[in-house]
Amino acid sequence: MPRLLPYLLLLPATAFLCVFFLYPFVLVAMESVTREGSYSLDNFQRMVSHWKFGTAMRNTLLLAAVVVPVQLALSLAMASVVTKLSTGRSTLLYIFAIPLGISDLAAGLIWLAIFEQTGFLNSALYGLGVIEQPVLFLSYQNPMVIFAAIALAEIWRATAIMMVILVAGMGLIPKEYGEAAEVFGATAWQRFRKVTLPMLKPSLQTALILRVILAFEVFAVVIALGGTNFPVLMEETFQWQFTLQDRGVAAAYAMVILGISVAFTILILRLLHVPKGARV
Amino acid sequence: MAEIRIKNVAKQFGAFTALHSVDMTIRDREFMVLLGASGCGKTTLLRIIAGLETPSQGEVWIGDRRVDKLPPRERGIAMVFQNYAVFPHLTVFENIAFGLRMAKLPQSEVDRRVKRTAELMHIEQLLKRYSGQLSGGQRQRVAVARALAMEPDVILMDEPLSNLDALLRLEMRAELKGVLAESKTTTIYVTHDQVEAMSLADRISVMNGGYIVQSADPVEVYRNPAARFVGSFIGNPPMNFLPATRAGTNQWTVAGRVVPGPNAPRDRIEFAIRPEDMRLGEDGIPATVRVVEPLGAHTLVTTDVDGSMLRALVDSDLSVAPGDHLSLVPQPDRVRWFDPETMEAVR
Repeated sequence: MPRLLPYLLLLPATAFLCVFFLYPFVLVAMESVTREGSYSLDNFQRMVSHWKFGTAMRNTLLLAAVVVPVQLALSLAMASVVTKLSTGRSTLLYIFAIPLGISDLAAGLIWLAIFEQTGFLNSALYGLGVIEQPVLFLSYQNPMVIFAAIALAEIWRATAIMMVILVAGMGLIPKEYGEAAEVFGATAWQRFRKVTLPMLKPSLQTALILRVILAFEVFAVVIALGGTNFPVLMEETFQWQFTLQDRGVAAAYAMVILGISVAFTILILRLLHVPKGARV
Repeated sequence: MAEIRIKNVAKQFGAFTALHSVDMTIRDREFMVLLGASGCGKTTLLRIIAGLETPSQGEVWIGDRRVDKLPPRERGIAMVFQNYAVFPHLTVFENIAFGLRMAKLPQSEVDRRVKRTAELMHIEQLLKRYSGQLSGGQRQRVAVARALAMEPDVILMDEPLSNLDALLRLEMRAELKGVLAESKTTTIYVTHDQVEAMSLADRISVMNGGYIVQSADPVEVYRNPAARFVGSFIGNPPMNFLPATRAGTNQWTVAGRVVPGPNAPRDRIEFAIRPEDMRLGEDGIPATVRVVEPLGAHTLVTTDVDGSMLRALVDSDLSVAPGDHLSLVPQPDRVRWFDPETMEAVR
């Protein structure tokens, strides 16, 4: 009996996931390949042939390609600093973690308050005499500004989650390794590159997978700052489901997002694979 | 030339003084062991020499360079850590090569040195493995090879054998001694194990409470402890101490017997004798046997002398039992005396 007990205890959660996650997931997957009662790839065809698909795909990938590396660099830098601190460490962690407590829509709205025509940025620039009248930063004529604003909001909002994971990971690396590297001639940068970074791989994996998946699912921040001027995959899913009332194509979009997420997860797992025996 | 000179070095951690003004010179190619119980400051001193800790005051010189302001990598040292610190993400080869790569040595030289040190430490068949696939003893060998590959002026070792099991420790101890003698580097070796210290050292510095109590060759430290602490720390079992009261000029009463002793400016001093330096005979110290522990070659007898404990190593042929009365005669030239106030030896 004690051998079965753990499984028994896990049963409710497993059942819950099966009923409320796996089952609907299968339904969506089925829906994406069903059109008017029969199996077909019609939904995918419709999705791809729509003019917004290419833009949404490009925007999503571009956003992830810009945001995630910046966040990776920032979170590594922040985690390195936090790890070195002897006092005030938790205080700093709490401050860094504040954006984590804010919903993504609220985060989008905060940055909208900065960038919109009557926002802080315009008031500040106007007050300083840099501009003569408020500028419409987030217009469809300035896609680069929209992109930059969204990227900035995303970086501000979600860097801390990576940092928290990396701080925990760095805490697991015994101090002796850094000291050994120091004695054997490594500079601070070499210690970081040759010792900390390789030994941080498991945490980097977790942090990157989490961030990359969330980057492909970016939605509320984009809606708040770009509206429909900056289509992304998740937004298109929403549009097809609710505005265009075509559940089949929405399901196809969902499957595409899933596919990209899985592909990148596998890629990250492969790239940051730690061979057996080389683990800490 | 890699003589190490430590001048007036002290270290405080907050209100705690780990190291009180230490002065010492370690000669070129000398094997110096820092010996002491945990918390005595020996590791702090080693880490100050390594550059992993900054001294609160004082100077550290290696050869003719003052190094206490230099980072570790500019000091010409290599180190073996207590937990080996063999990098888990690198193969044995790359671990040994780590310092050589940092020094940007050409590949041919890296190959040559890794091969040579790996052979020296008998790990040439492990070069492609990761540390996770090695036993503790093998990791230890990698850590030593990595230090030797640097061909450093100074090798620092922080309790390198303490994580090995007893048998392996014995084997590695002998091997280390041979390898390090051949490498002709100056070695500073930290340990709390007196047997390790005795067997390896050219010179032992016994540390206690942040002070160096005695620096001398192993036999001197064992035979002529400069302080009561050294006698009570070194030796297994350690030295015996019995109270002595003045009986006349250079005469002291110990356990009811008058024995010749030093001319100390006190009325009460301490008589000290090692357990193996007593034999059974007439007119000795009267002792009542409490515990008898056969150790094979000898039998350790713990006795009571007027309320003080006295341990003696006697021949294992002798049959003694608790409650027996023995007469233990100290070998006169092995008797030592200590001042109970200053805790230092009286000669």
